[in-house]
Amino acid sequence: MEAVIDTPPTAPLAAPDGGEQAIDLRAEFTESGLARVLDELDTDLVGLVPVKQRLREIGALLLVDRARARFGLQAVSPTLHMSFTGNPGTGKTTVALRMAEILHRLGYVRKGHLVTVTRDDLVGQYIGHTAPKTKEVLKRAMGGVLFIDEAYYLYRPENERDYGQEAIEILLQVMENQRDDLVVILAGYADRMERFFTANPGFRSRVAHHIDFPDYTGGELEAIGARILDGMNYRLSPAAEEAFHRYVELRMAQPHFANGRSVRNALDRARLRQANRLFASERPVTAGDLTTIEAEDILASRVFSGGIDSYPPLPAR
Amino acid sequence: MRITQGAFSFLPDLDDGQITRQVQYCIDKGWAVNIEFTDDPHPRNTYWEMWGMPMFDVPDAAGVMFELNACRKAHAGRNYIRVSAFDSTHTWESLRLSFITDRPADEPGFALDRQEVDGRSIRYTTRAYAADRPEGARY
Repeated sequence: MEAVIDTPPTAPLAAPDGGEQAIDLRAEFTESGLARVLDELDTDLVGLVPVKQRLREIGALLLVDRARARFGLQAVSPTLHMSFTGNPGTGKTTVALRMAEILHRLGYVRKGHLVTVTRDDLVGQYIGHTAPKTKEVLKRAMGGVLFIDEAYYLYRPENERDYGQEAIEILLQVMENQRDDLVVILAGYADRMERFFTANPGFRSRVAHHIDFPDYTGGELEAIGARILDGMNYRLSPAAEEAFHRYVELRMAQPHFANGRSVRNALDRARLRQANRLFASERPVTAGDLTTIEAEDILASRVFSGGIDSYPPLPAR
Repeated sequence: MRITQGAFSFLPDLDDGQITRQVQYCIDKGWAVNIEFTDDPHPRNTYWEMWGMPMFDVPDAAGVMFELNACRKAHAGRNYIRVSAFDSTHTWESLRLSFITDRPADEPGFALDRQEVDGRSIRYTTRAYAADRPEGARY
């Protein structure tokens, strides 16, 4: 919050007619509903400090731009195309959904819907198929946010006849010419996105905001787990809490760790084991039984026996 | 002669901002917006060529304008272009709004043909001058 409110207008705002007026940015901030969205963001999403910081900055810029427009000052509509990079399960999609809402509240996009696509939705299968397909998607996304997951798949350097390039060209053209109509968010793993941007310099220059999603710490993952369970009306018994703490610590060190997603999967499997345990116990269950996950439900995980959770063992790469 | 079919046709041509607002109104009502074109201006020519699919899933007028501009690039100046909105609600299931957005630069108008039948009786019919030339070469 402070980041936004404490940005005072640096120069006294002067109306073009010479009269001095002032716009209360704080009031604007509350009025636009942005305060509530950002608060929700703070409470709903664990961690992700740099991301939240960046969203505040963008929000502040848009508010200030709006105030400037009120005074008839030049307010070039800012480029808001973004790229979200980060490891799997760090909340890129969730934040993109919020982004659509924030931009909608600020009146920057008219509808505020999010269209999520991957390479399949943009790239066609034969010559002449790609352009209509990409345009169809762009049309659907106009007035909202287009979220391209795993965007680096669009560009396949190993196949020079790949149609991805065609989709990229159309995307670039629309991103440039119809900045007011849609915001494009590209997401993917950091290293591959870097390669993607290097190969497509046009993209890098048209994407104004590069936001990096950090990995979660153990504590944050536990908080995420607690929140997921809370949302599903489950709770951990004290012993299970301790077991879960140990689970997260071990799991983080193992391969194929996908942050929030791994936690969600682990809890889903714990629910499975809980259900099985209750079923096998062959006695009437109480509401308490149904909502409580015990330590044994978590300790039965393969993570504790040194195995990799949920994945069959892979040959060493 | 300026042809007057559909809504707003007695008004000056709508500009893009006005078209956008009309289209947004249709979308907000849940109607599917279509873009159609033709070079046969006869009033009984009901079914025009469609430009792409009806846009059932476009939530914002910008998407329709995007297609309209693409259609204009291909057909403006040589064809009439209209936007129509289809209401799929049960018992409606028909067009709710249709208006011409683009027309050829020069509209020659219609001839009135008289046909003498059965002695002194006369049948009247109209015929577009443009339709004298073959399709595709009319405007």
